[in-house]
Amino acid sequence: MNTHNIKKRRSMLYIPGNNPAMLQQGGVYGADSVLLDLEDAVALNQKDAARILVRNMLKEVDYYGCEITIRVNHINTPFGVADLEEIVPLQPDALRLPKTETVEELSKVLKIIEEIENRYGLAHDKMKIHVMIESALGVQNVYELASHSPRIDAITIGGQDLTADMQIEKSKDNYGIDYARKRIVMASKATKIDAMDTVYADVEDEEGLREETAYIKKLGFTGKAVINPRQISIVNEVFTPTDTEIRKAYRIVKAYYENKAKDLGVFAVDGKMVDAPVVTRAMHTLALADIEVEPVK
Amino acid sequence: MIKNALNIEIPEYLEGLGKLEPYQGVWNKLQKGWMDEQTVPPAIKARLPHSSKMHNNLEEAILKCNPRNGMTVSFHHHLRGGDCILIQAITILANMGIKDITLASSSLTSAHESVLPYIEEGTITQIYSSGIRGTIGEACAKGVLQKPFVIHSHGGRVRSVQTGKIQIDLAIIAASAADEEGNATGTHGPSAFGSMGYAMIDAWYAKQVVIVTDNLVNYPCVPPSIRQNYVDYVVATDTIGDAKKIASGTTRITKAPLDLRIARIASDTIINSGYFKNGISFQVGAGGASLAVARFIREAMKKHNIKGSFLLGGVTSYGVDMLNEGLFHAIFDVQSFDAAVSSSLKEHPYHIEIPAGLYANPFNCGCMINKLDVVVLGALEVDVNFNVNVITGSEGEVRGASGGHSDTAAGAKLTVVVCPSFRGRLPIIKKNVNNVVTPGESVDVVVTERGICVNPKNKELKANLLEAGMHVREIADLEKEVDKITGTPEKIEHTNKIVGVIEYRDGTIIDTIKQIKV
Repeated sequence: MNTHNIKKRRSMLYIPGNNPAMLQQGGVYGADSVLLDLEDAVALNQKDAARILVRNMLKEVDYYGCEITIRVNHINTPFGVADLEEIVPLQPDALRLPKTETVEELSKVLKIIEEIENRYGLAHDKMKIHVMIESALGVQNVYELASHSPRIDAITIGGQDLTADMQIEKSKDNYGIDYARKRIVMASKATKIDAMDTVYADVEDEEGLREETAYIKKLGFTGKAVINPRQISIVNEVFTPTDTEIRKAYRIVKAYYENKAKDLGVFAVDGKMVDAPVVTRAMHTLALADIEVEPVK
Repeated sequence: MIKNALNIEIPEYLEGLGKLEPYQGVWNKLQKGWMDEQTVPPAIKARLPHSSKMHNNLEEAILKCNPRNGMTVSFHHHLRGGDCILIQAITILANMGIKDITLASSSLTSAHESVLPYIEEGTITQIYSSGIRGTIGEACAKGVLQKPFVIHSHGGRVRSVQTGKIQIDLAIIAASAADEEGNATGTHGPSAFGSMGYAMIDAWYAKQVVIVTDNLVNYPCVPPSIRQNYVDYVVATDTIGDAKKIASGTTRITKAPLDLRIARIASDTIINSGYFKNGISFQVGAGGASLAVARFIREAMKKHNIKGSFLLGGVTSYGVDMLNEGLFHAIFDVQSFDAAVSSSLKEHPYHIEIPAGLYANPFNCGCMINKLDVVVLGALEVDVNFNVNVITGSEGEVRGASGGHSDTAAGAKLTVVVCPSFRGRLPIIKKNVNNVVTPGESVDVVVTERGICVNPKNKELKANLLEAGMHVREIADLEKEVDKITGTPEKIEHTNKIVGVIEYRDGTIIDTIKQIKV
């Protein structure tokens, strides 16, 4: 167990890949993660310009430690392969693959990515993959997709496309995608990867965003995508542990290291037995609060 | 030429202004506690009993004041973008053939742009003001005035009046309610604008005082911000302006993500500074980002159960809400930034109207800025020595206002300057600012979206912020980063002619404004 492996992915800010000003400022808003978008945010006649811009920005802009993810176009579009050819050599933290539905299709994309990496002499384990579920078929296959490769370290839900595919209205309470959300979370827990929730479209409704974020946190999501920087602090706040949670987690992790140093087995904190999943959760809590506990030597 | 304490060359004498004293440091001139400058007493006047002060129109009243060439005429800017009295008065004077007027308005706003032709034709030849904006500012930077203009702070203006540097011959004061004797207020009436903090000074010191109101009330007008014993004439008019334009869009909390981000970081800076505790006194401006800081501070005060002492300065309805919620014990109001404030000023016993001298004049036994814990201020530019420019824009044009910037920065225990590190294509954090209004010595911290820069003189603050895990960085590093993004704009081309000076609050000259090469 190591806190350094636990990523903070409370908020992920979508930034249109064809907007230089927003790309330039993406790292300053306090999001844990930025998502530079080549897909839905970019008009068809600007796909090439966005690709070049994002490539250049990746080289130049300081995102102050934010995780950088690029959402490329689907492999079956005229832009998918070109996006991969441009972005993969730059090895951002992660690539987000939209509208993923089947293992065969995912396999095909991973193969292309690895071929490009081979060409550039790059390892296959640095750049992670985020799989985006945006269709009924994708939801049905989500566990197989999530467990397909160790490169996949997050699975996300795209609410707009999913509701369209389900032929339902996207309602404020998102009732229609509730099953998909729960199934995606379960797949993520089963495969020990993160689950990111879809965006909350009404940027003026701060209370609505807060309620929805609290809800998806209870479901087990690890974070939420945002479309406006004003949404970041709300999402971060909901996902940031409370003082009581932090104090409890600190006691657990400290006791864990002390017991480990003494080579003791199971131990108790506050009169309750502590086992491995409890320690993992406590470490995650501390990571979300930016607290590191040094192992006892 | 002589170099001031910021190493800026200042002429020892300037035609139209006379002998100039270079800036020596924030407290150098004031530290001995008493001043050598001459003081000018208020005018001594007399009036016979039961004689009327009323006039049918402004022209009649002005005529009674014996207008003459070379006179100094003053106005307040409490109606901000909605004022229409200044233009009316200057037009009347111009039509009378009066020339060589010194315009001493506490500030000049967008409402005053149509005064420019009167500058061009020589009706107005000099300006003393805390702010000059829009087309007048652009023209002033190009040298349209015959004599150098003077930018002063709000506190500095009172000092200038008291020391006779500005000798007001005629003060024309708009009031939203007044009676026939000249008791006047801004707190009620259809054009209510709130505090008359700046106008009070003019009423006390001007040789002739005319009150103009669109709401003549039965005697006595209550509460009187200006009292009858200072007033020569009263004019009832149809309107003094448009009260809706007082706020002019600046008093709403911004929705711009970048401003909100900066405001969030600034409020976290204040919360972790060591000054965020019971009894805190606080001032923020009316700009969207500053108000957003107030919003976050308000939330934090509720969360941590902090009760403040007083709010100071320009007051918004946001500040009034905090008073009503019990978050602050009192508001001291020198200028109301939105019309909604006026009813609180009239009715709430702890919402107190204060004259500009009590607010910020450095030449007295203790203005209120000296009791200030935290002030949040904006900036057009900040340099690596923390010097702040709020007056000249990227092309050298005069476009901002000194206001209470240098006053509050000097007085507050914690001076927080909030600004983006660049705007559009222009760097805001620079090696050198175009003009210094507030010296870096009086700035503690600059908060940008790209990190917090603490003035090296405030080691304790830096330690507190670092301990709180905040993104503290060196301002020189930030300047380099910004330079990498925007590049360094070419220097503004000036002639050698000094078209204006920036006066520090103590009357010394902190910088000059040179004529832009056209």
